[in-house]
Amino acid sequence: MGMSQQEGAGVPRSEGRSPDWLLLLNGPQTLGRGPLFWVGFVLAVLAAVIYPFFMDAWSVGNTAYFFCWVFMALGLSLIWGYAGSLSFGQTAFFGLAGYTYGVVTMNFGAAYGMSLVGLVLGVGMSCLGALMLGYILFYGRISGVFLGIVTLSTTLVFTTFMAQTAGSQWAIGDARLGGDNGMTGMPPLTIPWFGSDIALYSGVPLYYLLLAMLVLCYLCLRILVNSRFGNVLVAIRENPHRTEMLGYDIRRYQLIVFVIGSGLAGLSGVLYTAWGQYISPSSMDLAAAALPIIWVAVGGRKDLTATLIGTLVVLGVFQNLTIFGSYYAFVIMGLLLVVVVVFLPEGLIPGLVKLAGHLRRRKGDLA
Amino acid sequence: MEYVYLSFGAFYQFGDAFAFLVLSAMGLAVIFGMMGIINLAHGEFIMCGAYVTVVTARMGVPLPIAMLCGSLAAGVLGIVLERMIIHRLYHRPLDSIVATWGISLILTQGTLIVLGSSMSGISTPLGSFAVGDYTYSTYRMVLFGMALLLLVGLYVVFHHTTFGIHSRATIQAPDMARAAGIDTGRMYSLTFGLGAALAGLAGALYAPTISMVPTLGANFLVESFVTVVVGGADVFLGTAPAAAILAVIKAFLTGWQGQLMGQVGLLITVMVVIRILPQGLSGWLLKGRK
Repeated sequence: MGMSQQEGAGVPRSEGRSPDWLLLLNGPQTLGRGPLFWVGFVLAVLAAVIYPFFMDAWSVGNTAYFFCWVFMALGLSLIWGYAGSLSFGQTAFFGLAGYTYGVVTMNFGAAYGMSLVGLVLGVGMSCLGALMLGYILFYGRISGVFLGIVTLSTTLVFTTFMAQTAGSQWAIGDARLGGDNGMTGMPPLTIPWFGSDIALYSGVPLYYLLLAMLVLCYLCLRILVNSRFGNVLVAIRENPHRTEMLGYDIRRYQLIVFVIGSGLAGLSGVLYTAWGQYISPSSMDLAAAALPIIWVAVGGRKDLTATLIGTLVVLGVFQNLTIFGSYYAFVIMGLLLVVVVVFLPEGLIPGLVKLAGHLRRRKGDLA
Repeated sequence: MEYVYLSFGAFYQFGDAFAFLVLSAMGLAVIFGMMGIINLAHGEFIMCGAYVTVVTARMGVPLPIAMLCGSLAAGVLGIVLERMIIHRLYHRPLDSIVATWGISLILTQGTLIVLGSSMSGISTPLGSFAVGDYTYSTYRMVLFGMALLLLVGLYVVFHHTTFGIHSRATIQAPDMARAAGIDTGRMYSLTFGLGAALAGLAGALYAPTISMVPTLGANFLVESFVTVVVGGADVFLGTAPAAAILAVIKAFLTGWQGQLMGQVGLLITVMVVIRILPQGLSGWLLKGRK
């Protein structure tokens, strides 16, 4: 990985054709690059765009549901994969944002763009929560396994807290928090429109909105990780002390990336809550908190594209396994995680890429 | 007399909290302190101990022996897992925490499949006694005694037995230990097994007081994490004093505001402590020696 640092320094300067930031889409910190990759990318997006024309409504809604989760996975890839901080508490921010969306929309309804205000406030709350927790952790110089267990402990305590809010005294305005049963009945995302608002119940319009958000988010994150900021993140992951000696305040970088990643987890939380009109403590507990770790670790946490593909595939496999019962699905997920960590610590996709490169070189040697 | 009653009440609350912290953290602390690995399947070793205890006790085995069985079963499970998976990850502590999380998922959900979502438990033994106007559970006091006994016992094991000396040698200088003829791989396995057995013992001792669900281990996790982080790497100079300090905070907050606030208080304490003492209490206590 030390090599990629030097490559990063040599990002080609633009020569009056396209602006610098556009070139960053194709930089050194992302595995997929070059013309072939972008042709594949455009084809994949096109396939996703025409997908609803060929599929039934349930599949489209279900794929939209998968998209909801990917933001959290990308956020974790950023924090854990790129910056090397073990954050095991992403579902806390997911839940915090989901509950915030519920409280806002159940009190103020979804008209006049209030559901969008709920979205912004939900994400804002998780960013704020991450800022406070992250300040204590990173400026306290907590790292390694301790970071993992403190974030996980925080998540477990928050889950316990939400699970005991069953009584009627636990209500914010009209919104009952609902304890273990969770909160239901919040309106879906609603886009204010001339004449009548468009309520995005699970269906084709929501699918397209989520697809657009996902593509945009993915491209923005590519630019981010390939920028100077992203190079510093990778440097911190590879060697925090050396990075600090080079004059970077690593605490600031770690905190910023923690807030961005947690904001993305919050975005997932809001989208999930709006999609199913439901949020409960069980979407944050120990088993739920393991899921993002599995998606990201299995796909390949050190690369956004690998994380994206891995998350969608693992989600699909997981859902198909739950037909046999969710317990079986979790057992298989646990096995998958153990096998990947032990034998392919970089994840399946980077492992395959490395293998392909190895075979190609072997072939070249033989010729 | 009134003061005596009140102070006994406070002592009882403290003892109860102290026992819970020490017992739930000890297994985790041994594995972390000796091997640098945070074992996220810790809760599942506790669950294993509790389940085996309840099953054997219901078959008619006397409770203390049933508890021993629970502890041993968890220890054996620990050694098996160490040989199969954990020993591949000693050079990658960050990966080991993720892998043990996977093991935790497999064990919890596997138990749900095999044994169902709940099992009838056993009742708390030994009844209660009264001091002043209040009655107290005798068994909770026994647990406090067990926690103290366990600390002394572990000290003896690690400082006065061949196993303890070989184990510490392996941890401090693996190459030297190997050169001196110690089978370090075996020492790692046994130490991991000891940690697992201690976790199993915690589950066994608390089995009569909790409801038997496969996720019961999660109820011990926060307390054990917090104690180990505050304590740092040394079991005796870290875990024990950390548990004593945290027990005061936990007992006070739990008595005042309930179980949840006790946990929140512990969480805030751990953040403050790491801010001031990044190496934990034992790192701070041992500073003068180096």
